[in-house]
Amino acid sequence: MASYKKEKGVVWDWLTTVDHKKLGIMYLIAGTLFFLKAGLMAVFMRIQLIMPDNTFLSGQTFNEFITMHGTIMLFLAATPLLFAFMNFVIPLQIGARDVAFPFVNALGFWIFLSGGLLLSTSWFFGGGPDAGWTAYVPLSLNENQLGLDFYVLGLQVSGIGTLISAINFLVTIINMRAPGMTMMRLPLFVWTSFVTSTLILFAFTPLAAGLALLMLERIFDAQFFNPAAGGNVVIWQHIFWIFGHPEVYILVLPAFGIISEVIPAFSRKRLFGYTAMVFATMIIAFLGFMVWAHHMFTVGIGPVANSIFAIATMTIAVPTGIKIFNWLFTMWGGKITFNTAMLFASSFVPTFVLGGVTGVMLAMAPVDYLYHDTYFVVAHFHYIIVGGIVLALFAGLFYWYPKMFNHKLNEKLGVIFFILFTIGFHMTFFVQHFLGLMGMPRRVYTYLGGQGLDEFNMISTIGTFFMSAAVIVLVINIVYSAIKGERVIGVNDPWDARTLEWATPTPVPEYNFAQTPQVRSLDPLFYEKVHGDGTMKPAEPVDDIHMPNGSILPVVISIGLYFLGFGLIMLEMENPMLSPWIVVALGGLLTFGGMALRSLNDDHGYHIPKSVVKADLKKQGGGK
Amino acid sequence: MAGTVDTTKGLPSHPERATLEGKNKFLGFWFFLGGETIMFATFFGTYLGLRNGIGDGPSSSELFTLPLVFLMTMILLTSSMTSVFAMFAMKKNKFKQMMAWMIVTVVLGMVFLGLEIYEFQHYVHDYEFGFTTSAFSSAFYTLVGLHGAHVLFGLGWITLLIVRNIRSGITLTNAPKFYVASLYWHFIDVVWVFIFTVVYLMGAGGY
Ligand code: HEM
Ligand SMILES: [Cu+2]
Repeated sequence: MASYKKEKGVVWDWLTTVDHKKLGIMYLIAGTLFFLKAGLMAVFMRIQLIMPDNTFLSGQTFNEFITMHGTIMLFLAATPLLFAFMNFVIPLQIGARDVAFPFVNALGFWIFLSGGLLLSTSWFFGGGPDAGWTAYVPLSLNENQLGLDFYVLGLQVSGIGTLISAINFLVTIINMRAPGMTMMRLPLFVWTSFVTSTLILFAFTPLAAGLALLMLERIFDAQFFNPAAGGNVVIWQHIFWIFGHPEVYILVLPAFGIISEVIPAFSRKRLFGYTAMVFATMIIAFLGFMVWAHHMFTVGIGPVANSIFAIATMTIAVPTGIKIFNWLFTMWGGKITFNTAMLFASSFVPTFVLGGVTGVMLAMAPVDYLYHDTYFVVAHFHYIIVGGIVLALFAGLFYWYPKMFNHKLNEKLGVIFFILFTIGFHMTFFVQHFLGLMGMPRRVYTYLGGQGLDEFNMISTIGTFFMSAAVIVLVINIVYSAIKGERVIGVNDPWDARTLEWATPTPVPEYNFAQTPQVRSLDPLFYEKVHGDGTMKPAEPVDDIHMPNGSILPVVISIGLYFLGFGLIMLEMENPMLSPWIVVALGGLLTFGGMALRSLNDDHGYHIPKSVVKADLKKQGGGK
Repeated sequence: MAGTVDTTKGLPSHPERATLEGKNKFLGFWFFLGGETIMFATFFGTYLGLRNGIGDGPSSSELFTLPLVFLMTMILLTSSMTSVFAMFAMKKNKFKQMMAWMIVTVVLGMVFLGLEIYEFQHYVHDYEFGFTTSAFSSAFYTLVGLHGAHVLFGLGWITLLIVRNIRSGITLTNAPKFYVASLYWHFIDVVWVFIFTVVYLMGAGGY
C-alpha cells in the first residue's frame, strides 16, 4: 500500500487535512470569528438602544443586525464552536484513532464555512436579511430584499455541512469505540454529543425542507404561502419551530456535556448519577421534539393545542432538574479547585436555572400573551444561550486548551475575564426581564423617552461594554499564553483528570493512540490511577497504523455549493453581470464533479510503519 | 483495520459489511436515510396541508389518471426487485449477474423518469397546471419533483458505479458501495409508494 506521507506546505496541509484534531481547531477559529462578528453587531444594537430616540443605527440597519446577529450566533458561532470540541475530543475520549468518515468530516467543515460566507456576502449586495432569524412569512417574502435570498441559501448550504458532520459523529460513536468502552461507559460529553447529533439529523432536515419551500417561493414564484392562491402562512411557522425548538437543545446538550466533564474533574469526584444523567439527556431530546408550538401560542392554534404544548413544555423541567441536582451533588463534599474552567462551569448552574425558570413562566400559554415578543423573551433566551451555552464553551475552552494547543491559558487573566463577563452578562440581561414586563417590545430599534424604560436600557448597554472588555481580556490571554503560557509538552494530564483524552501524549500524535487502549471502567484513566499503574493498558501490540489520505476535494465541492447558491441568488438580481445559469452550472460542475471524482478514485490511505510508532513511543518514554 | 480481512479463500458471505469501512458506510447510510425520511415527511405534511388550496387552478381529481401512475408504480417496484436480485448475486460472488441486474435496474429507472416527465408536461400543456398555478400545484410539483430528482441522482450514481467497476469484480471496497446504492434505490421506491397513496389515490378519489 501507499508509503509514508510526503511533506507538504503548511497551507496546503490545512486545506486538505482530514485529521479530526486539525478540523476541530479550524472549527474553533471559524466559530470564534463569526462569534466576534455577531457580538459586534450586538454591541451596536445595544448602543442604539442606550437612550430613547437614538439615531446611531437606522431602523433598516437595526433589523439587518438583529437578523444576522441571531442567525450567525446560532448557526455559525455556537454550533461550530461546539463542533470544535466534539471533533477534537470525541475520538480521544472513546479511544479511537480517527472518526468514521474523515473525508466527510472535512467536507462538513468546508460546507459549513462556504454557507457562512455565502450568508455574509449579502453585505456586498444591498444589505443583510431583515426578517429576523425566524424569517417569518410574509415578512421574508419581501421581493426587494436580496439579503433574504442570501439567508435562505446560505443557511441551506451550511445546514448540509452540519448534517453530514452529525452523521459522522453518530457512526463514530457507535462503531469506533475502543475495546471495553461500552455505551454506558461513554463520557457524558460523548453521550450528549451523540444525542445532539440525532437531534441534528431529525431537526435540520425539516429546516432544509422549509428553506427549500422559501427558496422556491422567493426565486421561482411558488404559492405555498400565498393565501390568494390557496396557500397558508402558518405552515412556515410550524416547519420552522419543528426545527427551531430542537435547535436549542442541539446547542445546550453538548454544553451540559462539557459541564459534566469539568465539574467532576475539578471536584475530584466521579459524576453523581451517571445513569440518570444519560437518561435525562435522552428524555430532554425526546421532549424537545414535542413542544415546538409553544412558540406559537399567540398565532391562534386554539386552546386545546396550547394546553397540550404548555404541559409538554413544562415536563422538560423534570429531566433538567435531575441534571442540575446531579451537578450539585457532584460538587457536594468534593475537593473543589476553583480555576477558570471550574468558575465558568459552576456559575453555569445557577445562571442556567434562572433561564429555566423564566422558560417555565413563558410556557404558561395564557400568560405568554403578555410576555410574547417583549424583552422578557430576549432576557430568557439569552440566559439560556449565553448563561448556558457560552459559559460552557468558555469552561470547555480553558479545560481542553492544553490538549489542543500544548500550553495552558493564563489563570490570572482567566479569572479577570470571568469576573468581567459575569458582571457584564447579568447587568445586560437581568434588567431586560423588567423591561419586558414593563412592555418594551422585542425587535424595535428605538423607544420613546419618559416611559420608565430609560434607566434599564442604559444599564443593559453598559453591561455589554463589560462583556466586550471581558472578550478583549480573553483575546489578550490567548496571545499572551501563546507566547508565555505554561507549556505542557510531554505533560499528558495537566489537570489530573479522569477521561481518556488525557491518556494521549501532548502534543497528540496524528494517530492519537499508538496502541488502542483497553477500557476497564467508567472514567478509565482515573480507574488506572487507582487500580493500575496510572497508564492505560494496550489492547493490541504495536503495529503499522492505517491513516486516511488528505484531499482537496472538500474545498472544491464546497466552492461549488457556494456558486450554486450564489447563482440562484443572481436570478433575483436586477442586472447580473453574467447569466446566473452559467454560475449555477459552474457550481454544479464543481460540486457533482468533485463528488464523482471522489467515488471514481478508491483512496486506500497510507500506513505509518511500526518502526515510526515505536520510535514515537520511545521518545515519550513509554512503549510496552 | 481496513483491508485486513483475509480474502484468499474467496469473499466472505457479507462482503458489504466485512470491513470496518463497510460497516461504517452501512450504518452511516441508514442514518442518512433516516434524515431523508424526515425531510420527505415535511414535504408530505406541506402537501397534505395545501392539497385543497387550488386557487383558480384545477383540482387533483380533474388531473390524475390512475392507469399511467399505476404503470409507473409497477415499473419502479420491479426495479427495486431487480436490485435485490443484484444483491443476491453479490453475496454469491456472481459478478456478471450482479452487473446485469444493476443495468436492468437503471433501465427501468430511466423508463420511470421518462413517464414522469411525460406526465408533468401533460399537466402543463393540457390543463395549464404549472408550478406557480396554485398552492396545490406548487406543493405537488415540489414533492413529486423532489422524488424525481432523487431518481435522477440514483440513476447517475448507479451508472457511475457500474462504469467504474465494470472490470473489477466484487471486492471488499466496492461491495459496500453497491449495497448502499441499492438501499438508496429501495428508499426511493418506498417513498414512491407513499406518493402513490397520499398524492394519487387520495387525490383521484377526491379526498
Ligand atoms: C453576549 C452578548 C450578547 C448580546 C449583548 C446580545 C444582544 C442581543 C440583542 C440586543 C438582541 C435583539 C433583541 C430584540 O430586540 O429582539 C439579540 C437577539 C438575539 N440574540 Fe443575542 N446577544 C448576545 C449574545 C447572543 C448569543 C451568544 C446568542 C446565541 C448563540 C444570541 C442569540 C440571539 C438570538 C437568536 C436573537 C434573536 C434574533 C431575532 O430576534 O431575530 N445572542 N441579542
Ligand atoms: Cu422552544
